[in-house]
Amino acid sequence: MTLDDRFTRDFRETRGDQPLGTRNEIVTGPVSDWATDFSHLEPEWAADPYPIQDDLRRRCPIAHTDRFGGGWLPTTYEDVAAIAYDTERFSSRSIIMSNFRPPRELAPVGGTPPISSDPPFHHDARKLLLPAFTKNAIAKREESTRALCHSLIDAFEGRQDVDAAHDYAQHIPMRVIADMLGFPPEDGPRFREFIENALEGINRPPEERMERMALLFDYLLAQIRDHVDNPRDDLTTYLINAELYGRKLEPAHVAGTMALLLIAGIDTTWSAIGASLWHLAKTPADRTRLVAEPELLPTAMEEFLRVYAPVTMARLVKEDMHWNGVDMKAEDWVLLSFPAANRDPAQFERADEVVIDREVNRHVAFGLGIHRCVGSHLARMELKIALEVWLERVPEFSLRDPAAVTWAAGQVRGPRTLPLRVTYA
Amino acid sequence: MKVQIDPQRCHGHGRCYTLAPALFGEDDEGYGQVIGDSAVPPDQEHAARLAASNCPERAIDLVEEA
Repeated sequence: MTLDDRFTRDFRETRGDQPLGTRNEIVTGPVSDWATDFSHLEPEWAADPYPIQDDLRRRCPIAHTDRFGGGWLPTTYEDVAAIAYDTERFSSRSIIMSNFRPPRELAPVGGTPPISSDPPFHHDARKLLLPAFTKNAIAKREESTRALCHSLIDAFEGRQDVDAAHDYAQHIPMRVIADMLGFPPEDGPRFREFIENALEGINRPPEERMERMALLFDYLLAQIRDHVDNPRDDLTTYLINAELYGRKLEPAHVAGTMALLLIAGIDTTWSAIGASLWHLAKTPADRTRLVAEPELLPTAMEEFLRVYAPVTMARLVKEDMHWNGVDMKAEDWVLLSFPAANRDPAQFERADEVVIDREVNRHVAFGLGIHRCVGSHLARMELKIALEVWLERVPEFSLRDPAAVTWAAGQVRGPRTLPLRVTYA
Repeated sequence: MKVQIDPQRCHGHGRCYTLAPALFGEDDEGYGQVIGDSAVPPDQEHAARLAASNCPERAIDLVEEA
Protein backbone atom coordinates (compact mmCIF):
# COMPACT_ATOMS: atom_id res chain seq x y z
CA MET A 1 0.00 0.00 0.00
CA THR A 2 1.38 3.42 -0.93
CA LEU A 3 1.21 6.06 1.70
CA ASP A 4 -0.83 9.12 0.72
CA ASP A 5 1.42 11.81 2.18
CA ARG A 6 -0.79 14.73 1.12
CA PHE A 7 -2.60 14.64 4.45
CA THR A 8 0.24 14.23 6.96
CA ARG A 9 0.55 17.95 7.79
CA ASP A 10 -2.15 19.80 9.69
CA PHE A 11 -3.98 22.54 7.82
CA ARG A 12 -3.08 24.78 10.78
CA GLU A 13 0.61 24.43 9.82
CA THR A 14 0.18 24.99 6.09
CA ARG A 15 -2.08 28.00 6.53
CA GLY A 16 0.96 30.04 7.66
CA ASP A 17 2.39 29.75 4.13
CA GLN A 18 -0.56 31.57 2.58
CA PRO A 19 -1.00 35.30 1.96
CA LEU A 20 -3.27 37.22 4.32
CA GLY A 21 -6.64 38.60 3.43
CA THR A 22 -8.08 41.96 4.44
CA ARG A 23 -10.28 42.75 7.41
CA ASN A 24 -12.59 45.64 8.08
CA GLU A 25 -14.16 47.17 11.16
CA ILE A 26 -17.16 45.17 12.38
CA VAL A 27 -20.33 47.27 12.50
CA THR A 28 -23.43 45.88 14.21
CA GLY A 29 -26.63 47.34 15.61
CA PRO A 30 -29.89 48.68 14.24
CA VAL A 31 -29.96 49.69 10.58
CA SER A 32 -30.55 53.43 10.04
CA ASP A 33 -31.80 53.17 6.43
CA TRP A 34 -32.00 49.87 4.54
CA ALA A 35 -31.10 51.65 1.28
CA THR A 36 -27.76 52.91 2.57
CA ASP A 37 -26.92 50.80 5.64
CA PHE A 38 -28.37 47.31 5.06
CA SER A 39 -27.31 44.29 7.10
CA HIS A 40 -28.68 40.80 6.57
CA LEU A 41 -27.44 39.87 10.05
CA GLU A 42 -29.75 42.11 12.06
CA PRO A 43 -32.83 40.61 13.77
CA GLU A 44 -35.30 42.69 11.74
CA TRP A 45 -34.01 41.09 8.51
CA ALA A 46 -33.97 37.60 10.00
CA ALA A 47 -37.55 37.95 11.24
CA ASP A 48 -39.00 39.13 7.90
CA PRO A 49 -36.76 40.34 5.07
CA TYR A 50 -39.46 40.46 2.40
CA PRO A 51 -41.05 43.85 3.15
CA ILE A 52 -37.54 45.33 3.28
CA GLN A 53 -36.63 43.80 -0.09
CA ASP A 54 -39.94 44.89 -1.65
CA ASP A 55 -39.40 48.45 -0.44
CA LEU A 56 -35.82 48.53 -1.76
CA ARG A 57 -36.92 47.13 -5.12
CA ARG A 58 -39.36 50.02 -5.49
CA ARG A 59 -37.07 52.83 -4.39
CA CYS A 60 -33.42 51.87 -5.26
CA PRO A 61 -33.38 49.11 -6.61
CA ILE A 62 -29.73 48.45 -5.65
CA ALA A 63 -29.08 49.16 -1.96
CA HIS A 64 -25.69 49.91 -0.45
CA THR A 65 -24.00 49.45 2.92
CA ASP A 66 -20.72 50.60 4.40
CA ARG A 67 -20.82 47.62 6.74
CA PHE A 68 -18.67 44.58 5.88
CA GLY A 69 -16.19 46.96 4.26
CA GLY A 70 -18.75 47.98 1.63
CA GLY A 71 -21.37 46.08 -0.33
CA TRP A 72 -24.40 46.17 -2.62
CA LEU A 73 -27.80 44.52 -2.58
CA PRO A 74 -29.61 44.28 -5.92
CA THR A 75 -33.28 43.40 -5.49
CA THR A 76 -34.68 42.88 -9.00
CA TYR A 77 -34.75 39.56 -10.81
CA GLU A 78 -33.03 41.16 -13.79
CA ASP A 79 -30.05 42.45 -11.79
CA VAL A 80 -29.64 39.24 -9.80
CA ALA A 81 -29.68 37.20 -13.02
CA ALA A 82 -27.21 39.53 -14.75
CA ILE A 83 -24.72 39.21 -11.89
CA ALA A 84 -25.12 35.44 -11.62
CA TYR A 85 -24.25 35.16 -15.31
CA ASP A 86 -21.41 37.70 -15.25
CA THR A 87 -18.48 35.71 -13.88
CA GLU A 88 -16.07 38.07 -15.68
CA ARG A 89 -16.81 41.05 -13.47
CA PHE A 90 -18.07 39.35 -10.30
CA SER A 91 -15.85 36.80 -8.56
CA SER A 92 -16.94 33.88 -6.37
CA ARG A 93 -13.64 34.00 -4.44
CA SER A 94 -15.73 34.44 -1.32
CA ILE A 95 -19.42 33.66 -1.36
CA ILE A 96 -20.19 34.59 2.24
CA MET A 97 -20.36 38.35 2.86
CA SER A 98 -18.37 38.95 6.02
CA ASN A 99 -15.79 41.26 7.56
CA PHE A 100 -12.92 39.39 5.94
CA ARG A 101 -11.94 39.21 2.28
CA PRO A 102 -9.69 36.30 1.41
CA PRO A 103 -6.53 37.20 -0.55
CA ARG A 104 -6.94 37.74 -4.30
CA GLU A 105 -4.33 35.04 -4.87
CA LEU A 106 -6.94 32.52 -3.72
CA ALA A 107 -8.80 32.93 -7.05
CA PRO A 108 -9.68 31.08 -9.21
CA VAL A 109 -9.85 28.11 -6.79
CA GLY A 110 -11.13 29.73 -3.59
CA GLY A 111 -11.36 28.04 -0.20
CA THR A 112 -14.29 25.72 -0.94
CA PRO A 113 -14.21 24.67 -4.62
CA PRO A 114 -16.20 24.69 -6.81
CA ILE A 115 -18.63 27.18 -5.20
CA SER A 116 -15.71 29.55 -4.47
CA SER A 117 -14.10 29.05 -7.88
CA ASP A 118 -14.07 31.20 -11.00
CA PRO A 119 -13.65 30.08 -14.63
CA PRO A 120 -11.85 28.25 -16.05
CA PHE A 121 -10.92 26.22 -12.95
CA HIS A 122 -14.53 26.17 -11.78
CA HIS A 123 -15.74 24.01 -14.66
CA ASP A 124 -13.22 21.25 -14.01
CA ALA A 125 -13.68 21.19 -10.23
CA ARG A 126 -17.47 21.11 -10.64
CA LYS A 127 -17.33 18.32 -13.23
CA LEU A 128 -15.80 16.06 -10.56
CA LEU A 129 -18.90 16.41 -8.40
CA LEU A 130 -21.73 16.34 -10.95
CA PRO A 131 -22.07 12.54 -11.48
CA ALA A 132 -22.67 11.93 -7.76
CA PHE A 133 -25.46 14.53 -7.70
CA THR A 134 -27.57 13.74 -10.76
CA LYS A 135 -31.25 13.09 -10.27
CA ASN A 136 -30.74 9.39 -11.04
CA ALA A 137 -27.84 9.04 -8.61
CA ILE A 138 -29.82 10.79 -5.87
CA ALA A 139 -32.93 8.66 -6.48
CA LYS A 140 -31.03 5.72 -5.00
CA ARG A 141 -31.16 7.49 -1.63
CA GLU A 142 -34.91 8.01 -1.65
CA GLU A 143 -35.79 4.81 0.17
CA SER A 144 -33.33 5.34 3.04
CA THR A 145 -34.41 8.99 3.34
CA ARG A 146 -38.05 7.91 3.59
CA ALA A 147 -37.15 5.38 6.31
CA LEU A 148 -35.22 8.11 8.17
CA CYS A 149 -38.22 10.49 8.05
CA HIS A 150 -40.50 7.77 9.41
CA SER A 151 -38.06 6.97 12.21
CA LEU A 152 -37.89 10.64 13.23
CA ILE A 153 -41.69 10.77 13.51
CA ASP A 154 -41.75 7.41 15.32
CA ALA A 155 -39.48 9.00 17.93
CA PHE A 156 -41.91 11.80 18.83
CA GLU A 157 -45.22 10.20 17.88
CA GLY A 158 -47.75 10.62 20.65
CA ARG A 159 -46.44 14.02 21.72
CA GLN A 160 -48.82 16.89 21.02
CA ASP A 161 -46.08 19.52 21.01
CA VAL A 162 -43.29 19.10 18.50
CA ASP A 163 -40.54 21.43 17.30
CA ALA A 164 -40.57 20.65 13.59
CA ALA A 165 -37.27 22.46 12.95
CA HIS A 166 -35.40 20.84 15.80
CA ASP A 167 -37.02 17.39 16.03
CA TYR A 168 -37.56 16.77 12.31
CA ALA A 169 -36.24 19.08 9.59
CA GLN A 170 -32.64 19.47 10.74
CA HIS A 171 -31.94 15.75 11.04
CA ILE A 172 -32.85 14.86 7.47
CA PRO A 173 -30.13 16.69 5.49
CA MET A 174 -27.66 16.17 8.32
CA ARG A 175 -27.93 12.38 8.17
CA VAL A 176 -28.11 12.20 4.39
CA ILE A 177 -24.97 14.25 3.81
CA ALA A 178 -23.09 12.49 6.65
CA ASP A 179 -23.94 9.22 4.92
CA MET A 180 -22.81 10.51 1.51
CA LEU A 181 -19.50 11.78 2.93
CA GLY A 182 -19.03 8.70 5.11
CA PHE A 183 -18.98 10.59 8.44
CA PRO A 184 -20.29 9.05 11.70
CA PRO A 185 -24.03 9.85 11.97
CA GLU A 186 -23.64 10.69 15.67
CA ASP A 187 -21.42 13.68 14.75
CA GLY A 188 -24.52 15.66 13.67
CA PRO A 189 -24.42 18.11 16.60
CA ARG A 190 -20.83 19.04 15.72
CA PHE A 191 -21.86 19.83 12.12
CA ARG A 192 -24.42 22.22 13.58
CA GLU A 193 -21.63 24.15 15.36
CA PHE A 194 -19.48 24.32 12.22
CA ILE A 195 -22.38 25.62 10.19
CA GLU A 196 -23.49 28.15 12.74
CA ASN A 197 -19.98 29.62 12.73
CA ALA A 198 -19.62 29.68 8.95
CA LEU A 199 -23.02 31.18 8.16
CA GLU A 200 -24.40 32.98 11.19
CA GLY A 201 -21.33 33.93 13.23
CA ILE A 202 -20.26 36.49 10.63
CA ASN A 203 -19.94 39.41 13.05
CA ARG A 204 -17.89 37.56 15.68
CA PRO A 205 -14.26 38.65 16.21
CA PRO A 206 -12.09 37.31 13.36
CA GLU A 207 -9.76 35.37 15.67
CA GLU A 208 -12.73 33.50 17.08
CA ARG A 209 -14.12 32.76 13.62
CA MET A 210 -10.74 31.51 12.41
CA GLU A 211 -10.31 29.25 15.42
CA ARG A 212 -13.78 27.79 14.89
CA MET A 213 -13.07 27.32 11.19
CA ALA A 214 -9.84 25.55 12.15
CA LEU A 215 -11.87 23.14 14.27
CA LEU A 216 -13.93 22.26 11.19
CA PHE A 217 -10.79 21.59 9.17
CA ASP A 218 -9.29 19.55 12.06
CA TYR A 219 -12.42 17.43 11.94
CA LEU A 220 -12.31 17.06 8.15
CA LEU A 221 -8.63 16.10 8.27
CA ALA A 222 -9.37 13.38 10.83
CA GLN A 223 -12.10 12.05 8.52
CA ILE A 224 -9.77 12.19 5.50
CA ARG A 225 -7.02 10.30 7.33
CA ASP A 226 -9.49 7.65 8.44
CA HIS A 227 -10.62 7.26 4.82
CA VAL A 228 -7.02 7.06 3.57
CA ASP A 229 -6.51 4.13 5.97
CA ASN A 230 -9.94 2.59 5.36
CA PRO A 231 -11.21 3.50 1.88
CA ARG A 232 -14.93 3.04 1.29
CA ASP A 233 -17.65 3.80 -1.21
CA ASP A 234 -18.43 7.41 -0.30
CA LEU A 235 -17.64 10.96 -1.39
CA THR A 236 -14.65 11.36 0.92
CA THR A 237 -12.82 8.40 -0.59
CA TYR A 238 -13.94 9.57 -4.03
CA LEU A 239 -12.38 13.02 -3.48
CA ILE A 240 -9.17 11.55 -2.04
CA ASN A 241 -8.74 9.47 -5.21
CA ALA A 242 -10.08 12.02 -7.72
CA GLU A 243 -7.72 13.49 -10.29
CA LEU A 244 -7.63 16.83 -12.05
CA TYR A 245 -5.14 17.67 -14.81
CA GLY A 246 -3.48 14.25 -14.40
CA ARG A 247 -2.79 14.46 -10.68
CA LYS A 248 -4.57 13.97 -7.39
CA LEU A 249 -6.26 17.00 -5.86
CA GLU A 250 -4.44 19.42 -3.58
CA PRO A 251 -5.17 18.60 0.08
CA ALA A 252 -6.86 21.99 0.54
CA HIS A 253 -9.13 21.22 -2.43
CA VAL A 254 -10.21 17.87 -0.94
CA ALA A 255 -10.95 19.39 2.47
CA GLY A 256 -12.48 22.57 1.00
CA THR A 257 -14.95 20.60 -1.12
CA MET A 258 -15.86 18.44 1.87
CA ALA A 259 -16.45 21.60 3.93
CA LEU A 260 -18.67 22.92 1.16
CA LEU A 261 -20.76 19.74 0.94
CA LEU A 262 -21.15 19.60 4.70
CA ILE A 263 -22.07 23.24 5.20
CA ALA A 264 -24.12 23.84 2.06
CA GLY A 265 -25.91 20.51 2.33
CA ILE A 266 -27.46 20.94 5.74
CA ASP A 267 -28.71 24.44 6.67
CA THR A 268 -30.18 25.02 3.26
CA THR A 269 -32.45 21.98 3.07
CA TRP A 270 -33.23 22.20 6.77
CA SER A 271 -34.47 25.72 6.03
CA ALA A 272 -36.53 24.66 3.02
CA ILE A 273 -38.27 21.84 4.90
CA GLY A 274 -38.87 24.08 7.92
CA ALA A 275 -40.21 27.04 5.93
CA SER A 276 -42.60 24.77 4.02
CA LEU A 277 -43.96 23.26 7.24
CA TRP A 278 -44.20 26.76 8.78
CA HIS A 279 -46.29 27.91 5.82
CA LEU A 280 -48.57 24.86 5.98
CA ALA A 281 -48.97 25.21 9.77
CA LYS A 282 -50.32 28.74 9.37
CA THR A 283 -52.28 28.13 6.14
CA PRO A 284 -54.90 25.42 6.78
CA ALA A 285 -56.38 25.70 3.27
CA ASP A 286 -53.05 24.77 1.64
CA ARG A 287 -52.38 22.06 4.23
CA THR A 288 -55.72 20.31 3.78
CA ARG A 289 -55.47 20.58 0.00
CA LEU A 290 -52.03 18.92 -0.02
CA VAL A 291 -53.20 16.17 2.32
CA ALA A 292 -56.14 15.53 -0.03
CA GLU A 293 -54.10 15.91 -3.25
CA PRO A 294 -50.60 14.54 -2.60
CA GLU A 295 -49.94 14.56 -6.37
CA LEU A 296 -49.84 18.37 -6.14
CA LEU A 297 -46.81 18.28 -3.84
CA PRO A 298 -44.11 18.53 -6.55
CA THR A 299 -45.75 21.72 -7.85
CA ALA A 300 -46.40 23.15 -4.39
CA MET A 301 -42.85 22.43 -3.36
CA GLU A 302 -41.49 24.58 -6.20
CA GLU A 303 -43.68 27.42 -4.96
CA PHE A 304 -42.29 27.04 -1.43
CA LEU A 305 -38.79 27.15 -2.93
CA ARG A 306 -39.69 30.33 -4.80
CA VAL A 307 -41.34 32.24 -2.03
CA TYR A 308 -39.16 31.03 0.87
CA ALA A 309 -35.90 30.50 -1.06
CA PRO A 310 -33.43 29.83 1.74
CA VAL A 311 -30.18 30.77 0.04
CA THR A 312 -28.54 34.10 -0.75
CA MET A 313 -25.07 34.03 -2.33
CA ALA A 314 -22.37 36.71 -2.47
CA ARG A 315 -19.83 37.88 -5.01
CA LEU A 316 -16.84 40.22 -4.95
CA VAL A 317 -16.56 43.01 -7.55
CA LYS A 318 -13.37 42.51 -9.55
CA GLU A 319 -12.64 46.07 -10.76
CA ASP A 320 -14.08 49.57 -10.23
CA MET A 321 -17.03 50.04 -12.57
CA HIS A 322 -20.29 51.83 -13.15
CA TRP A 323 -22.92 49.10 -13.09
CA ASN A 324 -26.67 49.61 -13.64
CA GLY A 325 -26.60 53.09 -12.15
CA VAL A 326 -24.24 52.59 -9.23
CA ASP A 327 -20.46 53.01 -8.79
CA MET A 328 -19.07 49.70 -7.65
CA LYS A 329 -15.50 49.54 -6.36
CA ALA A 330 -13.11 46.63 -6.65
CA GLU A 331 -13.53 44.32 -3.65
CA ASP A 332 -17.06 45.54 -2.85
CA TRP A 333 -19.38 42.72 -1.87
CA VAL A 334 -22.56 42.00 -3.80
CA LEU A 335 -25.25 40.14 -1.93
CA LEU A 336 -26.91 37.99 -4.57
CA SER A 337 -30.41 37.64 -3.19
CA PHE A 338 -32.25 34.80 -4.91
CA PRO A 339 -35.12 35.34 -2.43
CA ALA A 340 -35.50 38.97 -3.58
CA ALA A 341 -35.35 37.95 -7.26
CA ASN A 342 -38.04 35.33 -6.62
CA ARG A 343 -40.48 37.99 -5.37
CA ASP A 344 -39.96 40.52 -8.15
CA PRO A 345 -43.42 41.39 -9.56
CA ALA A 346 -41.81 42.20 -12.92
CA GLN A 347 -40.94 38.49 -13.22
CA PHE A 348 -43.72 36.69 -11.30
CA GLU A 349 -47.47 37.24 -11.29
CA ARG A 350 -48.86 37.59 -7.77
CA ALA A 351 -45.23 37.58 -6.64
CA ASP A 352 -45.99 38.09 -2.96
CA GLU A 353 -48.65 35.37 -2.77
CA VAL A 354 -48.11 31.68 -2.15
CA VAL A 355 -49.89 29.91 -5.02
CA ILE A 356 -49.37 26.19 -4.45
CA ASP A 357 -50.63 25.19 -7.91
CA ARG A 358 -48.52 27.77 -9.78
CA GLU A 359 -47.83 26.12 -13.14
CA VAL A 360 -45.20 28.47 -14.53
CA ASN A 361 -42.47 28.95 -11.95
CA ARG A 362 -39.10 29.97 -13.24
CA HIS A 363 -37.73 30.61 -9.74
CA VAL A 364 -34.04 30.90 -9.00
CA ALA A 365 -33.86 29.30 -5.55
CA PHE A 366 -30.92 27.19 -6.74
CA GLY A 367 -29.20 30.05 -8.55
CA LEU A 368 -28.56 30.62 -12.24
CA GLY A 369 -25.67 29.97 -14.59
CA ILE A 370 -22.50 28.02 -13.97
CA HIS A 371 -22.89 27.95 -10.17
CA ARG A 372 -26.36 26.32 -10.17
CA CYS A 373 -26.55 24.52 -6.81
CA VAL A 374 -24.79 21.21 -7.36
CA GLY A 375 -26.99 19.64 -4.68
CA SER A 376 -30.32 20.81 -6.11
CA HIS A 377 -31.49 17.29 -7.01
CA LEU A 378 -30.55 16.10 -3.52
CA ALA A 379 -32.32 19.05 -1.89
CA ARG A 380 -35.48 18.47 -3.94
CA MET A 381 -35.49 14.76 -3.11
CA GLU A 382 -35.10 15.45 0.61
CA LEU A 383 -37.72 18.20 0.60
CA LYS A 384 -40.23 16.06 -1.28
CA ILE A 385 -39.80 12.97 0.90
CA ALA A 386 -39.76 15.03 4.12
CA LEU A 387 -43.05 16.75 3.25
CA GLU A 388 -44.68 13.58 1.85
CA VAL A 389 -43.95 11.56 5.00
CA TRP A 390 -44.89 14.43 7.32
CA LEU A 391 -48.27 15.04 5.63
CA GLU A 392 -49.02 11.31 5.62
CA ARG A 393 -48.20 10.85 9.32
CA VAL A 394 -49.11 14.31 10.67
CA PRO A 395 -51.98 15.62 8.53
CA GLU A 396 -53.08 18.24 11.07
CA PHE A 397 -50.77 20.79 12.62
CA SER A 398 -50.70 24.44 13.56
CA LEU A 399 -48.31 26.97 15.08
CA ARG A 400 -48.38 26.69 18.86
CA ASP A 401 -47.20 30.28 19.23
CA PRO A 402 -46.39 32.25 16.07
CA ALA A 403 -44.14 34.60 18.07
CA ALA A 404 -42.01 31.68 19.29
CA VAL A 405 -40.81 30.81 15.78
CA THR A 406 -37.18 31.89 15.30
CA TRP A 407 -35.36 32.34 11.98
CA ALA A 408 -31.68 32.05 11.14
CA ALA A 409 -30.01 35.33 10.22
CA GLY A 410 -27.49 35.66 7.41
CA GLN A 411 -27.35 34.13 3.96
CA VAL A 412 -29.30 30.95 4.72
CA ARG A 413 -32.70 31.73 6.15
CA GLY A 414 -35.17 29.28 7.63
CA PRO A 415 -36.91 28.44 10.92
CA ARG A 416 -34.61 27.23 13.70
CA THR A 417 -37.40 26.90 16.29
CA LEU A 418 -40.81 25.84 14.99
CA PRO A 419 -43.13 24.81 17.84
CA LEU A 420 -46.20 23.02 16.48
CA ARG A 421 -49.34 21.49 17.94
CA VAL A 422 -49.86 18.26 15.98
CA THR A 423 -52.43 15.51 15.43
CA TYR A 424 -51.30 12.16 14.06
CA ALA A 425 -53.01 10.13 11.34
CA MET B 1 -43.94 20.70 -32.58
CA LYS B 2 -40.28 20.07 -31.88
CA VAL B 3 -38.20 20.71 -28.75
CA GLN B 4 -34.57 21.57 -28.44
CA ILE B 5 -32.17 22.37 -25.58
CA ASP B 6 -29.49 25.01 -25.93
CA PRO B 7 -26.50 23.28 -24.31
CA GLN B 8 -24.82 26.65 -23.74
CA ARG B 9 -27.69 27.73 -21.53
CA CYS B 10 -28.53 24.45 -19.79
CA HIS B 11 -27.00 24.15 -16.31
CA GLY B 12 -28.68 20.95 -15.20
CA HIS B 13 -31.58 22.24 -13.10
CA GLY B 14 -33.54 19.25 -14.38
CA ARG B 15 -36.94 20.88 -14.57
CA CYS B 16 -37.44 19.50 -18.12
CA TYR B 17 -36.79 15.85 -17.35
CA THR B 18 -38.87 16.14 -14.18
CA LEU B 19 -41.89 17.79 -15.82
CA ALA B 20 -41.70 16.04 -19.20
CA PRO B 21 -39.87 12.73 -18.68
CA ALA B 22 -41.18 11.36 -21.99
CA LEU B 23 -39.39 14.13 -23.88
CA PHE B 24 -36.24 14.80 -21.86
CA GLY B 25 -33.64 12.80 -19.99
CA GLU B 26 -30.47 13.62 -18.09
CA ASP B 27 -26.91 12.85 -19.11
CA ASP B 28 -24.21 11.51 -16.75
CA GLU B 29 -23.66 14.99 -15.33
CA GLY B 30 -27.30 15.98 -14.95
CA TYR B 31 -27.61 18.14 -18.06
CA GLY B 32 -30.86 17.87 -19.97
CA GLN B 33 -31.08 15.94 -23.22
CA VAL B 34 -33.86 15.59 -25.75
CA ILE B 35 -34.98 11.97 -26.08
CA GLY B 36 -35.35 10.62 -29.60
CA ASP B 37 -35.84 12.79 -32.67
CA SER B 38 -37.14 15.90 -30.83
CA ALA B 39 -40.63 15.60 -32.36
CA VAL B 40 -43.35 16.14 -29.74
CA PRO B 41 -46.37 13.80 -29.98
CA PRO B 42 -49.68 15.70 -29.61
CA ASP B 43 -50.34 14.24 -26.16
CA GLN B 44 -46.99 15.62 -24.95
CA GLU B 45 -47.45 19.20 -26.10
CA HIS B 46 -48.65 20.40 -22.73
CA ALA B 47 -45.68 18.75 -21.01
CA ALA B 48 -43.32 20.36 -23.52
CA ARG B 49 -44.75 23.81 -22.82
CA LEU B 50 -44.52 23.18 -19.08
CA ALA B 51 -40.85 22.21 -19.38
CA ALA B 52 -40.02 25.25 -21.48
CA SER B 53 -41.86 27.69 -19.24
CA ASN B 54 -40.26 26.34 -16.07
CA CYS B 55 -36.64 26.23 -17.22
CA PRO B 56 -34.87 28.86 -15.09
CA GLU B 57 -32.18 29.28 -17.76
CA ARG B 58 -34.63 29.61 -20.69
CA ALA B 59 -32.64 26.87 -22.40
CA ILE B 60 -35.59 25.11 -24.05
CA ASP B 61 -37.00 26.15 -27.40
CA LEU B 62 -40.29 24.95 -28.82
CA VAL B 63 -40.44 25.00 -32.58
CA GLU B 64 -43.99 25.04 -33.86
CA GLU B 65 -44.35 23.43 -37.25
CA ALA B 66 -46.47 25.01 -39.93
